[in-house]
Amino acid sequence: MSTALLSLQGVTRSFGGLKAVHNVSLGVPDGSLTALIGPNGAGKTTLFALMSGFLLPDRGRIEFDGDDITGRSPHLNARAGMARTFQIVQPFAAQTVRENIAVGAHLHQGRRSMALAAAEAVAQQVGLASQLDKPAADLTVAGRKRLELARALATQPRLLLLDEVLAGLNPQEIAEMIPVVRAIARGGVTVLMIEHVMQAVMHLAQHVWVLAQGELIAQGSPAEVTGNAHVIEAYLGHGTAARLQGQAK
Amino acid sequence: MSSLSISLRERLSIAVFAGVVATLLWVLDSGVALNFIMMTLYAALLAQAWNVLGGFGGQFSFGHALFFGTGAYVQAMAQVHWGLNPWLALPLGMVISTAVGLFVGALSFRYGLKGSYFALVTLAFAEVFRIVATSVPFTGAGVGLMVPLREGVDNMQFASRRGYGLLVLSLVVLALCLTHWLRHSRFGAWLQAVRDNEDAARAVGVNPFGIKLGAIALSAALMGSAGAFYVQVFQYIDPGIAYGPHTSVEALVGAIVGGMGTLWGPVAGALVLHVLADLTRNLFGQLPGINMVIYGMVLVLMVMFAPRGITGTGQSIRRWWLRSDRDHKKEQA
Repeated sequence: MSTALLSLQGVTRSFGGLKAVHNVSLGVPDGSLTALIGPNGAGKTTLFALMSGFLLPDRGRIEFDGDDITGRSPHLNARAGMARTFQIVQPFAAQTVRENIAVGAHLHQGRRSMALAAAEAVAQQVGLASQLDKPAADLTVAGRKRLELARALATQPRLLLLDEVLAGLNPQEIAEMIPVVRAIARGGVTVLMIEHVMQAVMHLAQHVWVLAQGELIAQGSPAEVTGNAHVIEAYLGHGTAARLQGQAK
Repeated sequence: MSSLSISLRERLSIAVFAGVVATLLWVLDSGVALNFIMMTLYAALLAQAWNVLGGFGGQFSFGHALFFGTGAYVQAMAQVHWGLNPWLALPLGMVISTAVGLFVGALSFRYGLKGSYFALVTLAFAEVFRIVATSVPFTGAGVGLMVPLREGVDNMQFASRRGYGLLVLSLVVLALCLTHWLRHSRFGAWLQAVRDNEDAARAVGVNPFGIKLGAIALSAALMGSAGAFYVQVFQYIDPGIAYGPHTSVEALVGAIVGGMGTLWGPVAGALVLHVLADLTRNLFGQLPGINMVIYGMVLVLMVMFAPRGITGTGQSIRRWWLRSDRDHKKEQA
């Protein structure tokens, strides 16, 4: 693997008695397209919040591009080139799609007209070009997911953290979105995605980490992790792996 | 592009507004009319100041009198105690109001106060300043401060309402230009982003604390100029006028009724409220404070039936009208 753009060492975070993330270490290689999967409540979104600075870790160290960014504010991380989307979409509802994306573009673009032009280009990239003048509140679920992606992309990130951009989409919308994500990664942006849609993970990810009950239980290529007995049990319950193997024989 | 033409149209509308009101002030001779225009512009300035922080920033202050009173007291004290020319006192008042705004903002935004908590903190600060102003000698305590009458343009004391009208018109136009800038600048885009969704704004590199501080500073500066203007017109200030709730309410009702986060909303709101207040004053004689009752009723009705204010609702009606017109034509074709 090439050098890690983002690396976590022994990151732990508890909420009261619940260990949401426990002793997680991983390295996201520069220029890769990787995925983080795991059952509901595994702590994936918490891990994203820790990476991007929305939450402080209790223990552990987070590095971005070689700098220690543990506990650094999200806006500083965004300026350094780390952008995230939200699982529960967070549009600036009162503003149009164009204005929403322009807020992201303003990170590196002081002039309003240039930011609006940049917003248009990004909208083209994610397939929102026809809806630029709609209020963000009027978008469909699929549209809002695209908007999340567009706004993060407009900041010209080096690392893009995508939190379930495919959740809630129908099969056709998913099929439309997969090439968009792939094109972003081909364009040189390192992408780490949380995803439940295995079709997308199998198609896109070069490397997969599996999180269950706050701990990393497996990693490897998509084919490796989906065949891993620990992973199957984490999703389907104790003893399932053995039973499935028995059935296969 | 469409947004550029919007920007140009806004600049034109500001120029036309300035020209028309200045001409009205110049040609009208009736003291009642001049006074009405002056007081409406003054109310518009209050609403515009509140709109910067409340409308664009989503931080609802209930104590904007804090900045108004500070501007007013600086304007009075600069002349009475320090012998400063009022034209110099006015920017000084704006600067000190800004400093007070930054102080209150730093305290409350540092700890993430928002919504009703922020409203209560600003209200509390205004009350604290009122009580302090009532007890310390350099504000004239409960008696207040009287600015000596010495008419002359160089002393910012005009022979008629015409001069004061032009003075407040220039402040309103300044506020319009500032609002226009908020609508077409990076700072304004970031401020509205923080208002609409703070977490999403942080995720794309916006520092909400710095942005809100900037907004409260601008808002306080405008409010301070309104306070200084008040002192020049009435040549008197006391703690109740300076820091009492009346001004805070007038500022926020004007902006909410007119339309928060818009360019013309605060001006429209001030105009509607002043027309209503004058009508009721004529109907109900000299019932003191009746205008506040009217403001309260209008506010309740607006929040219930037109939460986007006069300008926002006007826009919706216009869009609906254009659409039904288009549909009608389509049917005929």
